Amino acid sequence: MAARRVPAAPVNSAAGAPATPSAPRSPGRRLLKLALQKPELMAVLLLVILVAAFQIRSDGVFLSAANLRGMLGLLPEVALVAVGVTLLMICGEFDLSVGSVFALMPMTMAVLMVGGWPFWFAMGAGLLVCLLIGFINGWVTIAFNIPSFITTLGMLFMARSLTVVISGGFPPRLDPSAIPAWLFVGYVGPGSLVRASLLWFLGIAVLVALLLGRTNFGNWVRATGGFLPAAQAMGIPTARVKIACFMLCSLLAGFAGMLQVLRLGSPLPSIGVGMELQAVAAAVIGGTSLFGGVGSILGGVIGALLIRVIDNGMVLSRVDSNWFQFAVGGLLILAVVGNAWLRRRGRAMKVET
Amino acid sequence: MDGTLPPPADAIIAVRNLHKWYSGVHALKGVSLDIPRGQALGLVGDNGAGKSTLISILSGLHQPDEGEVLVEGRPVSIRSPRAAMELGIETIYQYNSMVPTMSIARNLFIGREPLKWSFGGIGWLDERRMRAESVRAIADVDLHLRSPDALVGELSGGQRQGVAIARAMHFKSKVMILDEPTNHLSVKETEKVIGFVRGLRDQGITAIFISHNMHHVFACCDRIVAMALGQVVLDRPVSRTSIEEVHAVL
Repeated sequence: MAARRVPAAPVNSAAGAPATPSAPRSPGRRLLKLALQKPELMAVLLLVILVAAFQIRSDGVFLSAANLRGMLGLLPEVALVAVGVTLLMICGEFDLSVGSVFALMPMTMAVLMVGGWPFWFAMGAGLLVCLLIGFINGWVTIAFNIPSFITTLGMLFMARSLTVVISGGFPPRLDPSAIPAWLFVGYVGPGSLVRASLLWFLGIAVLVALLLGRTNFGNWVRATGGFLPAAQAMGIPTARVKIACFMLCSLLAGFAGMLQVLRLGSPLPSIGVGMELQAVAAAVIGGTSLFGGVGSILGGVIGALLIRVIDNGMVLSRVDSNWFQFAVGGLLILAVVGNAWLRRRGRAMKVET
Repeated sequence: MDGTLPPPADAIIAVRNLHKWYSGVHALKGVSLDIPRGQALGLVGDNGAGKSTLISILSGLHQPDEGEVLVEGRPVSIRSPRAAMELGIETIYQYNSMVPTMSIARNLFIGREPLKWSFGGIGWLDERRMRAESVRAIADVDLHLRSPDALVGELSGGQRQGVAIARAMHFKSKVMILDEPTNHLSVKETEKVIGFVRGLRDQGITAIFISHNMHHVFACCDRIVAMALGQVVLDRPVSRTSIEEVHAVL
């Protein structure tokens, strides 16, 4: 190890503390190093590039109010699912059942409302079903030591099947007058630019990001996903932390499904198919590690936004829409490779001993 | 039965006639030990000698099948790592005491985060205090690191052990169990860790140092306890034994 510092020297990070003589001393360099190690950096760069490219290709239509309204109207649904999946992946687990929960929650709600339940009770019951599914996912995974990939794959089929069974084969008809749809999907703001769902999504995303970044629970989530034996040795209730993340993930997926159904006006049993993979893609594009411990809610949100931008931008650029999945796949690989490269560069940067 | 003998008044940890079976294997066969406050005890023995079993009982990972553990003279049952920490017993493992993907400040307070406010056990981190206290804790063990925000994964093995020891000292542990802390470290780093253990003795903290390497144990301990086949086969002050003698009984 290199030169020791006098013990009195303050160990301060961003404020440009006195550096050892042996290392480059610019505070800008240290900030650059921290930035390079941010998991969501690559996604931010790709987002800026793609938005600029689509804006040019579409002759300025891409960032027009009308187009933004359409894009932001769809964003909250997949992005909320991505937020939950990101949290769970940081905790070191997977959830493939979110697409099915996305359909099951509004279907439960609709069936109960047809049975005479008032909206709020039906919605509460639907969300309770989500929590129960999350609990089962987590409990089975931990109690039987099964990879969550398998547990939630099972749940993917079971929840989808339940959705079809309770619908009785016909989508129940929702009575618009019994639902305060304006509260969830109504247009708000100047020029009716955004839907209320965007505000719900932003509020929830901020709450989850704060939970992960600023609370002791978030610290336990990162420790549990980062290195399970250490978290256990430090006395963290890792099983409960994981189960809580599973439950939160299912809850967000169900809520997102409800938003979509309220937007479309009818609960179809087939909604959300493939959603789980889009959500995982969003999380990974946003810099979340498949091995747990690394990632951010912001990254997951940006990943989801990127997928929406590609979808919408390709249509505006008159690219054959069959290329959409190809583009998402390419983006996924590009982002992961780019992320790894940036992080290596960041780590290799020596700022001080 | 000698299991009920009162421990010497100054024993911070005493174990009496401990037995442990693992699926038919008799891993501990009636181990009794008194560890006085402030002693640095070196625990040596081959793989499977029972060292790890003894340690995992003291750190709350396993419960003994027979016998008792006394902390400061009181019989206790250590049901979890958390319970051990609350009794002032902190264990530093070879690999698994730090989360590499988290910062030094975050690692120092895993599970014991200072909170500004909380509700039902979940609360808002006092990050300013975490950073300030981790800077102080690290300086206290004479370790010099650039920033409490650096990721533990970027530290060397010796530095990680230093941070783990700083953490235990910060939480005023009375007993520190170091499980093979010098494994896979360079010579220089090993010296550093041995220096940390010597520093513990100076501060009156009891240390239990487990190692394969006799030289490391002899370099920093007051007393050597050798185990073989689940029993204590040698227990002497370091001044009255030698590496050769310990090798001979193992």
